[in-house]
Amino acid sequence: MTITINNKEVWANPGETILTVAQREGVHIPTLCYLKNLTPTGSCRICVVEVEGQRSLVPSCAFPVAEGMKIQTNSPQVRRARKTIVELLIANHPQDCLVCVRNGNCELQKLAEQYEVRDHRYQGERRKAKIDLASPSIERDPEKCILCGRCVRVCHEVQNVGAIDFVRRGFHSTVAPAMDGSLNTIACVFCGQCVVVCPVGALREKGSQKGVWEAINNPQKHVVAQIAPAVRVALGEEFGMEPGSIVTGKITAALRRLGVDRVFDTNFGADLTIIEEAHELLHRVNHKGVLPLLSSCSPGWVKYVEHFYPDLLPHVSTCKSPHEMEGAMIKSYYAQKVGIDPKDVFVVSIMPCIAKKFESQRPELADEYQDVDAVLTTRELARMIKAAGIDFAKLSEENFDDPMGESTGAAAIFGTSGGVLEAALRSAHYYLTGKDMDQIEFSSVRGLAGVREATVTINGLTLRVAAVSGLKNVDKFLEGIRTGDSPYHFIEVMACPNGCINGGGQPIPSDPEKVRKRIESLYAIDRSLPKRASHHNESIIKLYKEFLGEPNGHKAHELLHTEFTERGVE
Amino acid sequence: MQASDVYSKYPGNDPSVLIPILQDVQEVYGYVPEEELHNIAKHTRLPVSRVFGVATFYNQFRLTPLGKNVIRVCRGTACHVKGSLDILTTLETELGIKAGGTTRDGQFTIETVACMGACSIAPVISINDEFFGGLTVKEVQKLIASRRAEKSE
Ligand code: SF4
Ligand code: SF4
Ligand code: FES
Repeated sequence: MTITINNKEVWANPGETILTVAQREGVHIPTLCYLKNLTPTGSCRICVVEVEGQRSLVPSCAFPVAEGMKIQTNSPQVRRARKTIVELLIANHPQDCLVCVRNGNCELQKLAEQYEVRDHRYQGERRKAKIDLASPSIERDPEKCILCGRCVRVCHEVQNVGAIDFVRRGFHSTVAPAMDGSLNTIACVFCGQCVVVCPVGALREKGSQKGVWEAINNPQKHVVAQIAPAVRVALGEEFGMEPGSIVTGKITAALRRLGVDRVFDTNFGADLTIIEEAHELLHRVNHKGVLPLLSSCSPGWVKYVEHFYPDLLPHVSTCKSPHEMEGAMIKSYYAQKVGIDPKDVFVVSIMPCIAKKFESQRPELADEYQDVDAVLTTRELARMIKAAGIDFAKLSEENFDDPMGESTGAAAIFGTSGGVLEAALRSAHYYLTGKDMDQIEFSSVRGLAGVREATVTINGLTLRVAAVSGLKNVDKFLEGIRTGDSPYHFIEVMACPNGCINGGGQPIPSDPEKVRKRIESLYAIDRSLPKRASHHNESIIKLYKEFLGEPNGHKAHELLHTEFTERGVE
Repeated sequence: MQASDVYSKYPGNDPSVLIPILQDVQEVYGYVPEEELHNIAKHTRLPVSRVFGVATFYNQFRLTPLGKNVIRVCRGTACHVKGSLDILTTLETELGIKAGGTTRDGQFTIETVACMGACSIAPVISINDEFFGGLTVKEVQKLIASRRAEKSE
């Protein structure tokens, strides 16, 4: 059908909303409560437009097009209405921009600028609320909340956790956990998806920069940084580079400029995880162990099982997540090698994730000392680089340090949903047949869908596998396990939709197109490497020979495996 | 009726029965205890945050038990003109709670109502079923003191 937007005829599909058509046509309409792919609530009304024949302005995000419809998206009436909405939001918002973590990257600020709000037209009592600082992962600052409800919808509709919701009404309404509790004491999995969608500074990661600066400035400390697979294809966005830019070498250089003593690659830890996890899988298959095996590298997902499916914990792989394995190796193998007391070693993991902050503090993830001392998100690293006055885009690339700088293509793809599974299959094939597979890429477990499945037969052994991301998608698999109908051998689960690449610690704003580009770059890294299966990582082979002994052996179990805690939902 | 009767009355796993269940549970206890919010969540298969959100959205639900003395302050127009806001703030400071709250010792609850229909004796409050009209701040303070004294007798 044809409709007219700002006097220009455009083509539209029946059932589409005005907003969808406008976006396709490059006509910008501001939104706040709207979230792509979720049911529109039409509650904030910042997206209003004028439709000829309608008595009042309509919210374009929820209003379907009709044949011949005439729409104005930028008339004086529209601009006035939007400006009033912004003014009202500001009237109930702390005037903290200068000291807010979202300064310069805040949707409310942008709207105030765009609609030329130059004074405080509405003044009155502001809502008062306490900041929730108790959790190791998230800070919740309800006074800054503009009640757009995006976090609520993501938490309920995408993650199926439902940790937070609208509470009370009118002036007193706010977004909070049940009983006005703290995120720290309820069944929040710290996936951080709510943080990524928050348009303002009301939800943010718990900052770890201070502790890292202190360690760097402490001559006593030997600071070792490691970076996750998904960080290297996302950090560039924080410096205005194209989404998907591969900036591995620049990150290494930047970390050295910041004063870090050694820069290792979490991809090394990912290769190590594959060796352990592939052996665990084959052991369970061959010895009638508990199946399906569920992956354990996503700490948000692990916490989800602990809260909602504690009876299924025996299915979860006992492997620590890659950066935790690496932390444990840094404080034992590496510290021994270079003759440094592990108590003086400070491990900082740079992660696309905020659940890893919680994970790193788990008491079981420690030997004598915590395996990992601090977790910085991609965003926090960007802030540190900016604070240090480093011109990131101009840095020349540098390599990782030995001995934990080597990695394979299998590790690179850990950063996306399906990658752990694919990497595990590459090595499982080798362990079962003694050869590498001819066709090393598993296209059936790749892609952007929340669930992908495959059946692979290796040497007469048939394995049913699945890769699942976004916690809402995992329930039917878990119900199947509960009723005993699960045909699967291995299920890889990542809490965040599309995996770490779209994690709660990644650059804001995120959108599906950026995520797709980041994923493409991970597969490009895989293709570019001479070795593409974890068992070919020479440094890992050496690590087992010199230090760990056998995969899944006694020492490996002690240092690389962990246990879980039943948490419940209250 | 007991709480267990409420749950057997409504089918499980059905979010649409949330409000009726909340009403019935309140009927049983006079308020909705926190523990029951969790039970309702389990029964309906809703996250407890949603149950809490709905229970706090509607004024009809109370999440704390009523105090022994339920003080209702009329906030209608006539009372407002005659200074009902002062009466309310006096009560709030005297008792250390906000309207809608109950004192820790369970003795007093303050509520506001739109109009009690006793405009001729504004400003007016009621304590349980007794009405007090034409009040001044001083009188309110005395009233509270005497109710407190009753308690310690
Ligand atoms: S971190 Fe995840 S589980 Fe917790 S409130 Fe945010 S979206 Fe919900
Ligand atoms: S916390 Fe952020 S995302 Fe959630 S409702 Fe408030 S402003 Fe919106
Ligand atoms: S974005 Fe359309 S009503 Fe909020």
